Amino acid sequence: MTATTTPANAGFGTPQYPSEASLPRQLEIQPARKMRSSGRVLPGLPLSLGVSLTYLSIVVLLPLVALFARTFSLTFDAFIEAVFAPRVVATYLVSFGAALLAAVTNVVFGGILAWVLVRYSFPGRKLVDTLIDLPFALPTAVAGIALTAIYAKNGVLGAPLEALGLKVAFTPIGIYVAMVFIGLPFVVRTLQPVLQDHEIDFEEAAASLGASRLRTIIRVILPAMTPALLTGFALAFARAVGEYGSIIFIAGNVPYVSEITPLIIITKLEQYDYAGATAVASVMLVISFVLLLAINLLQAWTARRSGRTP
Amino acid sequence: MSFASIVSAQERTPAIFETRAATSEPAWAKWSLIAISIAFFSLFLLLPLVVVFVEAFAKGWSLYKDAVTEADALSAIKLTLIAAAISVPLNLVFGVAAAWAIAKFEFRGKQILLTLIDLPFSVSPVIAGLIYVLLFGAHGWFGPWLKEHDLKIIFAVPGIVLATMFVTVPFVARELIPLMQAQGREEEEAAVVLGASGWRVFWSVTLPNVKWALLYGVILTNARAMGEFGAVSVVSGHIRGQTNTLPLHIEILYNEYQFTAAFAVASLLAMLALVTLGAKSLIEWRQKSVLKELQS
Repeated sequence: MTATTTPANAGFGTPQYPSEASLPRQLEIQPARKMRSSGRVLPGLPLSLGVSLTYLSIVVLLPLVALFARTFSLTFDAFIEAVFAPRVVATYLVSFGAALLAAVTNVVFGGILAWVLVRYSFPGRKLVDTLIDLPFALPTAVAGIALTAIYAKNGVLGAPLEALGLKVAFTPIGIYVAMVFIGLPFVVRTLQPVLQDHEIDFEEAAASLGASRLRTIIRVILPAMTPALLTGFALAFARAVGEYGSIIFIAGNVPYVSEITPLIIITKLEQYDYAGATAVASVMLVISFVLLLAINLLQAWTARRSGRTP
Repeated sequence: MSFASIVSAQERTPAIFETRAATSEPAWAKWSLIAISIAFFSLFLLLPLVVVFVEAFAKGWSLYKDAVTEADALSAIKLTLIAAAISVPLNLVFGVAAAWAIAKFEFRGKQILLTLIDLPFSVSPVIAGLIYVLLFGAHGWFGPWLKEHDLKIIFAVPGIVLATMFVTVPFVARELIPLMQAQGREEEEAAVVLGASGWRVFWSVTLPNVKWALLYGVILTNARAMGEFGAVSVVSGHIRGQTNTLPLHIEILYNEYQFTAAFAVASLLAMLALVTLGAKSLIEWRQKSVLKELQS
């Protein structure tokens, strides 16, 4: 090795042995000093941070600032009028109501799916596990037209359901179905690793203390899964509220009945009502910020509970 | 027999007759849970996928071929490929840089940086399109300036690329960060101490360690870039043959009641999705075998 004399490795060639008297103090200080200097051994922080911040500023930050700046250029009355117009309020109810129901559905069935995929082996398990990610990979427009074809009056499921008196396509139920589709992987994928890491010892302890299997599941496993289930719920909910592509085809988009909030933003834009579109968008954006904050806190909680790093 | 009575009956069964382990469920419960799962999975995930291909080929191969090779479809394919070819490499550079900074260093504001990277996950795609209209549209901040210099971003290709870049921000970085954090920085530090330059460390130490995760991040970014609908729909202006990407072309065909053609074009994107998922399985399998090699 060439005798380079960078400050970082200078210390390696000339170890300094502490005198016995100073030893306890040295031991106390050394780890802290060592850690701090090791952070500076690697090069590239200014470059990598510079690239990241430039990219994020241009692509994410500047446009979002523009949105809020536009909102603040509205008068208060105009803002309230745009945000609380009856037709807009109706879309909040549809979007948030359907998203809530879809997220609850996903927590129940996504929870069962995650459990089955982690704990049992059965034919086709690998295939199911792979295709769970389909809603991530399948373009939303493709999902949208496929779901519409299934649930339309003459569709595979639409026809029998209509015979039973249940109309799915072009009603709020269709919106709910699309939201279940796009939200499912969030719950399954959040829950799977936590379930995998869950120590079987706790279950053995519960069983050996006389608890039935059902009681063990309810009192031991379920509480351990709660943070992950809530995170999955929040992720699925956030995604469903903002979703556009897979919903507009099946929704029917009837004002006051099956119109979602993202669509009202587009409608306003097409009518050149930039102020109105911006106002509604900023409301949605604030709600996504709040959800994101909640998700981050929940993930930190999940990590603490299961001893994993997020 | 009610559920509760089944459970209490089991509690009363003497342990000696118990054939299953105390930490597993009775067979009937296990198989009903599997049945529920497969039913839910088939209904909500498998059926839509199957329907895409069934509808695409409903009127035969020749109609399918016509639909995916007509001029508007080809120009949509071309634009989709262009948008992905620009946004995916840019996202790759950003993702690697962000992961390097976040995973290898401690600095103030790291959490804020992470939140910013995650932000596009939770912002509605429609808003992702709207923000660029507010910046670069005719009535936007830079609108007059752009018009003066005869530049077009909104209702043109640059707008589509920007919207695609916004929605794909998290993908590469989010794949790399957890892995690079778990790997720590000892190997890189050893390389530096042995005299390697920063770039050498990156190419010979860091990159080989994360190549599979990086590859998956890129594949995922590409799938999202080619399939993005909402954000692109706002900024594109839907000019046929000019600013139509594949997902927008599907929408136009569908709204014109050309269902078979719409599903034919959709099947191209569905195949891309299947390839993406297949690649994911393959990469996960590779990673597992690499891990096993390391352990043995």
